[in-house]
Amino acid sequence: MISRLQEKLAAGQFVLTAEVCPPKGCDCGEFLEKARKLAPLVDAVNVTDNQGASMRISPLAAAALLVREGIEPIYQITCRDRNRLALQSDLLGAAALGITNVLALSGDHISFGDHRGGKPVFDLDSVQLLQAIQGLGEGRDLAGKRVSGEPAFFVGAAAAPEAEPFELTTFKLEKKAAAGASFFQTQAVFDPERLAFFSCAVKPHGVKVIAGILLLKSATMARYVTENIPGLNVPAALINELENAADPTAAGVRIAARLAAACKPHCHGLHIMAMGREDLIPQILESVKKVKSKE
Amino acid sequence: MIVSHQKSMDEILAALANDGKIFLIGCAKCATVCKAGGEEEVWQMQEALIAAGKDVTGSVIIDEACHMLRSGRDLRAKKEMVDEADALLVLACGAGIQSVSASTPKKTVAGLNTLFLGNIRRFGQFEQKCSLCGECILTETGCICPVTVCPKGLLNGPCGGMDNGRCETDNERECVWFQIFERLRSRGALEKLKKIVPQKDFSRMLKPGNLKLEKETAR
Repeated sequence: MISRLQEKLAAGQFVLTAEVCPPKGCDCGEFLEKARKLAPLVDAVNVTDNQGASMRISPLAAAALLVREGIEPIYQITCRDRNRLALQSDLLGAAALGITNVLALSGDHISFGDHRGGKPVFDLDSVQLLQAIQGLGEGRDLAGKRVSGEPAFFVGAAAAPEAEPFELTTFKLEKKAAAGASFFQTQAVFDPERLAFFSCAVKPHGVKVIAGILLLKSATMARYVTENIPGLNVPAALINELENAADPTAAGVRIAARLAAACKPHCHGLHIMAMGREDLIPQILESVKKVKSKE
Repeated sequence: MIVSHQKSMDEILAALANDGKIFLIGCAKCATVCKAGGEEEVWQMQEALIAAGKDVTGSVIIDEACHMLRSGRDLRAKKEMVDEADALLVLACGAGIQSVSASTPKKTVAGLNTLFLGNIRRFGQFEQKCSLCGECILTETGCICPVTVCPKGLLNGPCGGMDNGRCETDNERECVWFQIFERLRSRGALEKLKKIVPQKDFSRMLKPGNLKLEKETAR
């Protein structure tokens, strides 16, 4: 199995990704419906792993369902709920099921979710998880034992270009690159200048940058994500813009389109977080078409 | 020291529902410093039990309740009062409660919740800085422990939830990796942050811990 996402990035083409959240339950009808609608618009679809520490169907199962549909998933795997045995075991399973892209994450803390009394695992951190994936690709597990098949994933990691202090975050980004991350999918970007700075900083590591664009549907939602989602801070100016708009959704699309166009010259792809309004993605991307991307 | 906190009176009384006569035990070490099981708290507990209609046959503050032999010895010294009781209520840490319980056939009830190994900030204020992991990396982290102070125990830097040097789980709290970064910078040792810290050996903290100091053999 070959990652089309990887091929496209390697060929210097601009990529688009979006995400779908697996259902809380085993009925995947709606999930698949949403993914089918997204598929023609993007190169790969992120499948989140119990996001916000709320229990949902396994991202491995959900990503495998996408593979069966001919949709290329980016399988997100976090360190919060699995120890090193479970992580490696799931990764081997993912490879066997035809999953080609993996996004290795620490995971939101369990205190954000719906099982707050659960035991947070964090046996590995995201850098060590990347090392585990690298090892499996070279045919050995974390214990140094041989594994057959050598799963060749296209591996990504998360980055937060706007987090302060930036210098502190760069140490970890370098480690992620050294441990085999080939692309960074970033947290939502609100300051394209900052993305430019970030891209320059990570350039020496040869990692592709897929910048996060968040569709803000209203001022209320913008405030909510700022308060409740780790690492997300919507600037006050954008909240005001949404507040004063006659049609907040249309204003949100305008903001996302503006940010996407301004970010494009500084990245290799965009990751659109449409928060349930995936139908608006084509409108957001309209503005991006004419803009030249990063070399 | 071991930080502990008294259980609610409701929970204690529920555990003692069928016991009329109670013998009380405190600890002169950690539980005294935490004001959870010292002389004063044992006395207050006695008053509370009496108010709840119980009989208190007596009490003892063991010098170090975790010391198994000493616990047994101190209970034997109060044999009559212990024998008369239906149950023993222990205001000591989990280690202390177990040495007491192991040295008597009597029903033993835990009066405290044991929280963590704590540093003392000031009177009545404790902070967890070490989680007894058996594989100390403090030399590499400016002597600030990410295993303990990071809610995720991350070993290679902050998670994506860190912003403005704050922790994603509590905006009031500094991210431990920010603290480590600041300290290493002030000591001109930021290059330590470049080294990938490998997977941790959790077999070092497998339960139950056990250590026997060998007597040095004569050569």
